[in-house]
Amino acid sequence: MTLSAESLAGIDKEVAKYPVDQKQSAVMAALRIAQVEKGWLATETIEFVADYLGMPAIAVYEVATFYNMYELSPCGRHKITVCTNLPCQLQGADTVADYLKQKLGIGFGETTPDGRFTLKEGECFGTCGSGPLCLHNNHKMHTHLSPETVDKLLDELK
Amino acid sequence: MPVITIDDKQVEIAAGATVMDAARDLGIYIPHFCYHEKLSISANCRMCLVEVEKAPKPLPACATPAADGMVVRTRSGKAITAQKGVMEFLLINHPLDCPICDQGGECMLQDIAVGYGGSASRYQEAKRVVKEKDLGPLVATDMTRCIHCSRCVRFGQEVAGIMELGMPGRGEHMEVMPFLERQVGSELSGNVIELCPVGALTSKPFRYAARSWELSRRRGISPHDGLGANMALHVKDNRVFRAVPLDNEAINECWLADRDRYAYQALGAEDRATRPMVRDADRWHEVDWQKALAQAAGALKVIRETHGAEAIGFLASPHQTVEELALMAQLARGLGCENIDHRLDQADCPPDVGAPWLGMAIADLDSLDRVLLVGATVRMEQPLIAQRLRQAVKRGAQLNVVHAADDDLLTRVANKIIVKPSALAAALAGIAKALQEAGKDVGSVSAALSGAVVTDAARAIAASLASGERKAVLLGGMARQHPARADLHRLAQAIALATGAHFGFLVDSANAVGASVVGCTPGAAGLGAAAMVAQPRKAYVLLGIEPYLDSYDPMVLRKAMESAELVIALTAFKGAAPNYAHVILPVAAFAETEGAYVNMEGRLQTFKAAVKPLGEARPGWKVLRVLGNLLGLSDFDYTGVEDVRAAALPADEAGLRARLDNTAPQGEPSIAASSAGLERLGETPIYQADSLVRRAPALQATPLSEHAKVCWAHGALIRKLGLQEGKPVKIRQDAGESIMKLGRDDRLAEDAVRIAGAHALTSKLGSRYGAVQLEKM
Amino acid sequence: MSALYTGPKVCMWTLDHPNPGSLATYVANGGYEVLKKILAEKTPAEQIIEQVKLSALRGRGGAGFPTGLKWSFMPRNYAGDKYIVCNTDEGEPGTFKDRDIIEFNPHQLIEGMVIAGYTLGAKAGYNYIHGEIFELYESWERALDEARAAGFLGNDICGSGWNFDLHAHQGYGAYICGEETALLESIEGKKGQPRFKPPFPASYGLYGKPTTINNTETLASIPWILRHGGQAFLELGKPNNGGTKIFSISGHVNNPGNFEIPLGTPFGDLLEMAGGVRNGHKLKAVIPGGSSAPVLPADIMMNCTLDFDSIAKAGSMLGSGAVIVMDETVCMVKALERLAYFYYEESCGQCTPCREGTGWMYRVIKRIEHGEGRPEDLDLLMSVGGNIAGRTICALGDAAVGPVHSFIQHFRKEFEYHIAHKKCLVGS
Ligand SMILES: Cc1cc2nc3c(=O)[nH]c(=O)nc-3n(C[C@H](O)[C@H](O)[C@H](O)COP(=O)(O)O)c2cc1C
Ligand code: SF4
Ligand code: FES
Repeated sequence: MTLSAESLAGIDKEVAKYPVDQKQSAVMAALRIAQVEKGWLATETIEFVADYLGMPAIAVYEVATFYNMYELSPCGRHKITVCTNLPCQLQGADTVADYLKQKLGIGFGETTPDGRFTLKEGECFGTCGSGPLCLHNNHKMHTHLSPETVDKLLDELK
Repeated sequence: MPVITIDDKQVEIAAGATVMDAARDLGIYIPHFCYHEKLSISANCRMCLVEVEKAPKPLPACATPAADGMVVRTRSGKAITAQKGVMEFLLINHPLDCPICDQGGECMLQDIAVGYGGSASRYQEAKRVVKEKDLGPLVATDMTRCIHCSRCVRFGQEVAGIMELGMPGRGEHMEVMPFLERQVGSELSGNVIELCPVGALTSKPFRYAARSWELSRRRGISPHDGLGANMALHVKDNRVFRAVPLDNEAINECWLADRDRYAYQALGAEDRATRPMVRDADRWHEVDWQKALAQAAGALKVIRETHGAEAIGFLASPHQTVEELALMAQLARGLGCENIDHRLDQADCPPDVGAPWLGMAIADLDSLDRVLLVGATVRMEQPLIAQRLRQAVKRGAQLNVVHAADDDLLTRVANKIIVKPSALAAALAGIAKALQEAGKDVGSVSAALSGAVVTDAARAIAASLASGERKAVLLGGMARQHPARADLHRLAQAIALATGAHFGFLVDSANAVGASVVGCTPGAAGLGAAAMVAQPRKAYVLLGIEPYLDSYDPMVLRKAMESAELVIALTAFKGAAPNYAHVILPVAAFAETEGAYVNMEGRLQTFKAAVKPLGEARPGWKVLRVLGNLLGLSDFDYTGVEDVRAAALPADEAGLRARLDNTAPQGEPSIAASSAGLERLGETPIYQADSLVRRAPALQATPLSEHAKVCWAHGALIRKLGLQEGKPVKIRQDAGESIMKLGRDDRLAEDAVRIAGAHALTSKLGSRYGAVQLEKM
Repeated sequence: MSALYTGPKVCMWTLDHPNPGSLATYVANGGYEVLKKILAEKTPAEQIIEQVKLSALRGRGGAGFPTGLKWSFMPRNYAGDKYIVCNTDEGEPGTFKDRDIIEFNPHQLIEGMVIAGYTLGAKAGYNYIHGEIFELYESWERALDEARAAGFLGNDICGSGWNFDLHAHQGYGAYICGEETALLESIEGKKGQPRFKPPFPASYGLYGKPTTINNTETLASIPWILRHGGQAFLELGKPNNGGTKIFSISGHVNNPGNFEIPLGTPFGDLLEMAGGVRNGHKLKAVIPGGSSAPVLPADIMMNCTLDFDSIAKAGSMLGSGAVIVMDETVCMVKALERLAYFYYEESCGQCTPCREGTGWMYRVIKRIEHGEGRPEDLDLLMSVGGNIAGRTICALGDAAVGPVHSFIQHFRKEFEYHIAHKKCLVGS
């Protein structure tokens, strides 16, 4: 297995940020980039990253399992992560989360049978003032959610 | 000197010492789990919390620097409260099933819980359950018991040099595991068993075999490599149940290689020789000792009378004890025969000047600045020496390598020259010449260097060795077995002399130094092992030898054995002996006999028998003594093993030292260009090192044993020959052939093919470093 | 109505301009002038540190440690590499100020980091950005490119011959990486597990080299301080609490958001700026400094001014200035359950008390919330918390205990009602 030339270039750019003998510093970015390309981190993807950065595979796996945003099993095309932490909760995150669950017919940690959506519960996004909020595929944040904005968002995500 | 007060006692503190160190100096025990003297400090178990005056919070003794005037209380109310609090947390998710846990009775958690645990649990929720992991044949897991001290993980990273275990997951979901489905394959993997303070990692072969309190402990010395690791053999009902390390900072520190740890399994091997046997035409008979010995002695006498004493060859294993080897030598010489040797795996067996040895103390390896390893497959030959070299590199040493394989030493290698076996001498000559060009005096080899080629790598190695203070040039097992041993020896010694480095041999068998010291090598008039085989003798006396495996060239040896009129095998295992021997005398195996070894640094280590010999087997020294008596030889009236030792060895250490000598054989080295064509790289694999490890099922089931079953070649070579990786390949050598699976290893010199020596799959091939052909099947 | 703050702002002033985050806006308003001056005049590092000390700038990351003092710990004559690290791993529930600095005033942070790099003799700097705000990671990288192109970053900065570069390191979902040594481990490509201190980062930091770590807002304040003088910064706030500070207010207010106001501003003023308690509800409780800070009941809070000392006196912490407002509809058991889950979920797991204790506390609170509490549970929680606090490598242990102890201390009746009646006091 390998990654696309674009992904590899992205990883190389990250590697260049760190001292030459500290390639391992780029592991988080490499996993992120690999995940964007592959959708999730399969065993061979982790092994690839390990070889690419000259790390023991288990050390890469440690990183992949420590940080919440990596996916270690197949994941829907659109991962929706809702922050349910206290400030968001106070601002109505539970309502939004329940609405999403009901609308998608799945609970947190589940994927719709058509593989379109995965729903996750998240911890504080550091954006509490704009809650309720969710992240789409880790990288795009949607703020001030309400049932209406959720409807709109879901419609956009094919 | 700064002073710290702990529990009202005062002690001076050394630079960099922690509170834990100071407490140890005072003999004060502070409970701990994650702390381990040989590992980095992680301070995460929090068991060692103590009260420090003026500190608002209890501090971990293991990580808190000891400071002048510091006042510490390890048993005050505040300290005990903190320790008890931690203990409660450790126990809430720990299964309290000590009665069925293999660690029961030797568990740090159990011991400390007795002192610090509460009686009833306040934790009412369900306990955590963790999925089992398969770490392979050596280490059993019970991961629910893990207390996350991270010792096993740090061991891999810091000591074994390879991170095989990690702790993926976060918070309470964190679990110790290898990378998905991978097993643990390091040659030091078993050490996590002692490191694990609870029963999460235990010995797989020992699993449920016995309870720790039923076992009695006997001191033993590992019989596999020249280190002589100290260990305790745990015994019950006259059987060895396991081997664990005994601390000896000068030798094995607190570690054991897996080979040391699991080879005891061989004591119960099916093919143990338990009764004397004699062959009558083609039938074997079990006979009593008297008869067997009489027959052996009688037959030897006949050979001597008809063909002369020089028609006999004496071959002994360098893993036998000092006493056995001494008596063997005495027997040979008593019969008037100088054909005696312990170097059957060596192509070139010159008369010894003295016993080749490490040339320095083992413990000093850690503090070397510069090292040159020549023909050393060191991780496989002496796993714990490799470990010490890793520590040296961590401290800043430059490791230089000249070998036919660029094996991963799990540490940084500064410079290397990787060439096929026959080019090793030329490579060393290049380094010597680079030194010469840099103005160093290379002494007697200088004339031979005219044709030498100085490569960049040679220059880099020369520069490395020319700098630094504490240095060593070390010859490994492959260099020793090599046909050009004498040249390698001369050149390496010249490099060492020119750079002020120690010079020595990484001795790869338990008692090779002892064997040389007690004269188990040919005298000037005698034949060395190679010659005894190349010029077949009428009779052979074998001690602890498996000739088809132990020899340098099994093809030649086979002929010698098969044509001999008499072969007397003193052995603990039958092996293939029934095919070539005429008398089999069952001698006690390791752990069944007392005696001594001299390790690679010239240290004499004695040991007692841990168990009685199996069946009717007898200690080798007794068998040899009786043979001496029956042959009517003088001075064979020893009453005990100490007598034999006293007669064989100098009275004191200085005397022993005087018999160690690494001086190279006289003469100029030849650096003739290497031959064209493929060459075999036929080292002894780690788990084929001697007849014990060959019979330890757990070791034979490891990936390292699998590795030895494969014929390894460089990818470019595989392509060039049109062969296919993973498929069987036919190997031809001289008149012999064998079929093995072909594997790809781009770390090999391109025209070297690694085909293990000392292996059943290759015992029909020729010399270990000779020319070889690979053919498509 | 008290006079709401309209004075100078240190970090968020760009919001009064169109295109607040652009290099043009920043430069047009005097941005990078201080850097140029320092490099041109080769201002001695001591002089810069003196000004920072004078400003009484206290770390905005939570602990409030005096920044000038922290900077003075960096070994001056160290021969090897040194690093400066910015902590934008803002993940403490309630805190969302640093993200706005990245979005609306990235160049002030860049200038602050470059000046810090110059002052502390660093070779390079890294900004560790919270995983969930990936869009801001990208915008910050763009800002770095802009700064490089304009000669404020990279080689030969402002023609001075001095080289210094900055990079972004993106987190990926671990609150603990906000802890400074966990953050360093994370940059090194490992699990974010805090290191035991000593050694402190100033002597053994990133890659084992001397390193200074500061919060985003802290570093972004540096150019202002050096431009206007330490004294001016100090005078913005109150003694020992220099400057304005960004307060993130969330929860039950009509207008949640960030407000940059002087330290020492009465809490009531901030509440008013945020539009008051939502829909005319009554204030019940406030967590004044991010979820780790002990909760304070309304009456105590209303008497506090917003500065490190006042909040500490009231028994809580100013922390990162994240004010979580709760009105009378909040069930304190449910609120605590969510916070306890957070710490249980985010414990890195290395310390026994934190790994085991956060899970234990969460399970007991969950049990109470779900009507399965036992009378002895509250004492058990206090005791378990007591066995965690102060016994761990990093402060996450204490952070997890703060809410538990304070919620029970101030709202014990609600917990007891839950246990006795298996239902909630609020709304019943
Ligand atoms: C669990 C934990 C989380 C933390 N999270 C943050 C954070 O998100 N941002 C931050 O600046 N500091 C955080 N800190 C504080 C940092 O360890 C550190 O004190 C701070 O970055 C120093 O910067 P300052 O002196 O400028 O405040 C956290 C500390 C702990 C114990
Ligand atoms: S207190 Fe918790 S989060 Fe902090 S280092 Fe220890 S286990 Fe990790
Ligand atoms: S032994 Fe000190 S914390 Fe584990």
